[in-house]
Amino acid sequence: MLPSVTITHYLIISAILFSLGIYGVVTRRNAIMVLMGIELILNSANINFIAFSHYGGIHLDGQAIAVFVIILAAAEAAVALAIVLNIYNRFNTVNVDEVSALKE
Amino acid sequence: MTLYDMIFYFFAFITLASAGIVVFSRNIIYSAFALLFTFFGVAGIYVLLNADFLAVTQLLIYVGGILVLLLFGVMLTNKVVNVEIKTGTLQTLPASIIVAIAAGALCGVFYITDWKIIHDKPELESTTATLGEMFMTTYLLPFEVASIVLLVALIGAALIARRDKKFPISNVNLL
Repeated sequence: MLPSVTITHYLIISAILFSLGIYGVVTRRNAIMVLMGIELILNSANINFIAFSHYGGIHLDGQAIAVFVIILAAAEAAVALAIVLNIYNRFNTVNVDEVSALKE
Repeated sequence: MTLYDMIFYFFAFITLASAGIVVFSRNIIYSAFALLFTFFGVAGIYVLLNADFLAVTQLLIYVGGILVLLLFGVMLTNKVVNVEIKTGTLQTLPASIIVAIAAGALCGVFYITDWKIIHDKPELESTTATLGEMFMTTYLLPFEVASIVLLVALIGAALIARRDKKFPISNVNLL
């Protein structure tokens, strides 16, 4: 039978999510897939913050930090997608290994 | 095994399985839609951790904002005429070895460490009012800076994504 839930369960979930995100960032060629991997990593960090906020006795400070993480993730996604669209218009590809020049 | 545990394992399964699809699927559209379920699962985990405001924020911003943005990115950067939108991978073997080592190390550390749990009793009151108070008192400066960062990021994104008038889109594609 599966054991009862403690803080370790949440931390292990976040560790696996983090590893999957790193794997996606490292292996994918498509820039948008890299962005998805970054979102997974940010989510895993947020799970850690909120788990410690719940179990670790820091009350709501962890949740406040998590709100800032979400805010910065939104800003990051907007700017990164604008850059990706620009790269697509210039080079006609979004594969990060092909876009290796800063100018034509 | 209580109801809490069952719900936790349910959301954990949804999160990790769909995150696996996000990372390992060859079709980027499948990845984008699997990301939706990952965000839902993470929101469920937030609810279990007594973070109701954050769960709703997660749904609003990630599912409603970031995911739609990513889907727009997928649509705008692929030829929609070819239905199969595949993405290549590189360095799969070294990446999986290193990531497996990192994941094992992290999980091992999390498992071995004897976490000092301060309070284990469920608190069922809403966190929204307290969080709002904290943003207006303790976290006032970061809160204002975050709003400026958002404004700058949105203006910057609009500026970057705008088509350059000197290089019309038909010419740029020839480069």
